[in-house]
Amino acid sequence: MTPTIEATMPANAWLPLLVLASSLLPGLVIFFLAERRYWTRTLLNLTGALIKLALVSAMLWGVFHQQQYEANLPLLPGLDLVLRVRPLSLLFLVLSAGLWLLTTLYAIGYLEDSPNRSRFFGFFSLCVTATVGVAMAGNLLTFLLFFELLTLTTYPLVVHRGTEEARRAGQVYLAHTVIAGALLLAGTVWLYTLVGTLTFATRGFVADAVDSHRWSLVAIFVLLIIGVGVKAALVPLHSWLPRAMVAPAPVSALLHAVAVVKAGAFGIVLIVYDVFGVEVAAELGVTGPLALVAAFTILYGSTRALFQDDLKRRLAFSTVSQVSYIVLGVAIVGPLATVGGLVHLVHQGVMKITLFFCAGNLAETLGIHKVSEMNGVGQRMPWTMVAFTIGVFGMIGLPPMAGFISKWYLGLGGLEAGVHWPLFVLAGSSLLNAAYFLPILYRAWFREPPAAWPEERDFGAQETAWLLLLPTLITAALSLLMGLFASMPFTPLEWARLIAEREFYRP
Amino acid sequence: MPMPLSGAEWAAALVFVPLLAALACFLVPRAANWLGLLAATLILFATLGLVRGLLGDGPLRVAVGAWAAPLGIDLVADGLSAVLLLMTALVGLGVSAFAPAYFAEHSEQRRWFWPLWLLLWTALNGLYLAADLFNLYVMLELLGLSAAALTALSGSATALNAAMRYLFVSLLGSAAYLLGVALLYHGYGTVDMVLLGERLEAGAVASAALLAMVAGLLLKTALWPFHFWLAPAHGSAPAPVSALLSALVIKASFYLLLRLWLALFSGLAGLLPTLLPELLGLLGAAAILWGSVQALRQRRLKLLIAYSTVAQVGYLFLAFPLTGVQAGEIAWRAVLYLALAHGLAKAAMFLSAGGLLRFAGHDRIADLDRAAQRLPLTLTAFVLGGVSIMGLPPSGGFIGKWLLLEAAFTQGRWGLALVVLVGGILAAGYVFKVIGYAFTATKIAQEGEAVPLAMQWSALLLAFGAILLGFAAPWFWPLLEVGAPFAAPLAEIGTEAIAEVGAVSEAAP
Repeated sequence: MTPTIEATMPANAWLPLLVLASSLLPGLVIFFLAERRYWTRTLLNLTGALIKLALVSAMLWGVFHQQQYEANLPLLPGLDLVLRVRPLSLLFLVLSAGLWLLTTLYAIGYLEDSPNRSRFFGFFSLCVTATVGVAMAGNLLTFLLFFELLTLTTYPLVVHRGTEEARRAGQVYLAHTVIAGALLLAGTVWLYTLVGTLTFATRGFVADAVDSHRWSLVAIFVLLIIGVGVKAALVPLHSWLPRAMVAPAPVSALLHAVAVVKAGAFGIVLIVYDVFGVEVAAELGVTGPLALVAAFTILYGSTRALFQDDLKRRLAFSTVSQVSYIVLGVAIVGPLATVGGLVHLVHQGVMKITLFFCAGNLAETLGIHKVSEMNGVGQRMPWTMVAFTIGVFGMIGLPPMAGFISKWYLGLGGLEAGVHWPLFVLAGSSLLNAAYFLPILYRAWFREPPAAWPEERDFGAQETAWLLLLPTLITAALSLLMGLFASMPFTPLEWARLIAEREFYRP
Repeated sequence: MPMPLSGAEWAAALVFVPLLAALACFLVPRAANWLGLLAATLILFATLGLVRGLLGDGPLRVAVGAWAAPLGIDLVADGLSAVLLLMTALVGLGVSAFAPAYFAEHSEQRRWFWPLWLLLWTALNGLYLAADLFNLYVMLELLGLSAAALTALSGSATALNAAMRYLFVSLLGSAAYLLGVALLYHGYGTVDMVLLGERLEAGAVASAALLAMVAGLLLKTALWPFHFWLAPAHGSAPAPVSALLSALVIKASFYLLLRLWLALFSGLAGLLPTLLPELLGLLGAAAILWGSVQALRQRRLKLLIAYSTVAQVGYLFLAFPLTGVQAGEIAWRAVLYLALAHGLAKAAMFLSAGGLLRFAGHDRIADLDRAAQRLPLTLTAFVLGGVSIMGLPPSGGFIGKWLLLEAAFTQGRWGLALVVLVGGILAAGYVFKVIGYAFTATKIAQEGEAVPLAMQWSALLLAFGAILLGFAAPWFWPLLEVGAPFAAPLAEIGTEAIAEVGAVSEAAP
């Protein structure tokens, strides 16, 4: 399957705008709804999420059949706000639209009876709007705009609980993201003054300036990567992420799997492929150091995860580690490694959101927040723990889970590019993953449950509320299916192959 | 819609409507709210008419009462004045909509607020339309007097103290400016800006006049280290007055400085015109850093916003070292955009501070206690204004900051770019300090008083304006082109300087 985009096809400007509007408008309306209007709010949320998913699916079909979707709005002299849907955008779009629907369902169940729900869902919708904007950005200015919007809209979610601890976590989050935003802005403007354009292009748009401005370009690369690397939680820029765990579980799920961390990783992908072009980046000599940072982050995150007793913190450090697989795949420079990195963008999202949903279920149903409290929980909540187990196997990379596909391509990609060390990093990380995840499974399935759970709520015959369980099971099933049927059309793997093909082989 | 009036008549209306309304409000205090709102609407309408005329017919010069320039009073308008008039009209309307509800609880203040504010508005419009240095002086003096009187409105000891200090600073500033005018009149026999621009030569007279005028205007614009009077005055005035002082009044003296610079001094050769821009840029950088750090340290909301103004004034002066060479025009546009965005955003922030003050009875930042939930519209106004102040996209502040950075990077001025970026980070720090507390519950729950919707929405609409400015840039450039206010220096500098700067910026990386 090799769909191509040609400029002669009629442009369709409305769909990208509608994709933005499908979460922006419900979000704005929700702000003005009274707390007790539960059904109106739920209806708005779900309608928006379903419409977005339908629109994105339509564009997936369209792009596959060589349609072009682009919307422009003049913003500065010579610079437009451009929304353009390309195969790479769709990878991220489908992920965020799909997971938004599930997370919304989950959040409706999770936040039942808690205060300030209208504010929560309002910002939740705005946050997804910013995320799809990042996915559809057609130039670096548009990317920057939505990337900063993401910072603004996630902050109220991080501090949602209104406690002093939440306020401090919010401060740390902002200190990181705002400084990163300033560096991103600096890099963007500097690049614009050097090359005079910011429009994303396959294999980059800076090639002409390489000879005359080599060191400026290297500096710009560093600025841009730090700018997005904070959100992608590259070590040593990661310390906001574990602290942001004070937020409610759906927010953690959203931050880790869909929006913030993923936007950062996606930004790195864009900067390497569509701003610099992977070959130009390799020629500038910046991909090697980036790969090293990624490798270090992978090992560091896994090692730190070993020592966390708090379940959500352990998952947070696991995210730090897993997201850098994407960066590693990009930085190895090669078609197969690219496939591995890109496909992990989706795989990690689905697997990690499963784990966060499970953690939320445990906390909501039994009051379990710590790994040491999980003895025998598999008997009390079998379905949740089945989903958790699937997620864990995926994270470790056991076949036939989705995580295995990612690691397979990353390893092969390293070999193809003639370097062996990524294999050792992957193997080491898999061992570490096993070391911090398997003890949890052992406790949950094979230890005796305690006499009483920390804070148990009764759901009758069910193990927990069905709105909490259903999304969890769906994402768990997805992470299994994406591995089993990886080679069917329209799977993340096939789509990633298509992008890699375009990046490396097409003239 | 057919336009029955020409640009000249609209320009005259911009001076006479607020003047007559001020008189009417003084004579009939009971109808002041309605008279004031009516005048504000008319002024906005007249400004739009003038803008339309400028876009259609180009720059404007009218002799009022058909007396020609040396004897009579001329009104002139080009893109630069139009943009500032537009800002004044928008902020003025917003504040006029806020004021009736605010002063309902302070009726003795309302009696004086309306005449003084409309007089201030007369001075602002007159200043933006004046053609000669002496009329500019008259307007500047009127502006300073009415602003100082407005500051004293609440009558508290702090306010009187601050107002007194403000009055002295203001008089000193105008006196220094007048000294410059006198020197120029003595040397060249005219106060008309165009004639002076043609006759002025580099030399002791021009340098002395330049120094006196710049010093006076810097004092009035509160550029660091002349900012000492600003925070007490803006912090202790009633909220609508603080909004006017921060958003509009300091912009007027900045406009005058900019106008003098563009029309008279930037083309002069010699020691001062080469060193002065660098010095102004340096002071601007110091203002940004100092003002932002002070804002971060404040515990009271209104003082925080006031120090933020000290910092934002600094941005306006960063352009001086960036102009006169290639990409110079970008820097002027950047500054104008920043001034415009700051006007709307800062007015929104002060008005929402007024709302919060009414709501909680205090403006201690640490005790905001879930204001985000309890007073969402007002907090939204504050946040959106703050977004523009810190220069995050999409907002007018972002456009201005982008253009300023573009100019700085093009010319290889890394230091200036760094200051712009650090200023943005610090601004995010102080804005989010407030937001963080507004989301957090205090130990002892606070009681809140109802805030009228007019107060909430006027702040919110101004803040929306600051955000929408982020999308309005393409519509602003044609207006700014009218009369080419920024074009002159480029021609004067010549090609040598451009080549030299080009070589430097290429060598830098």
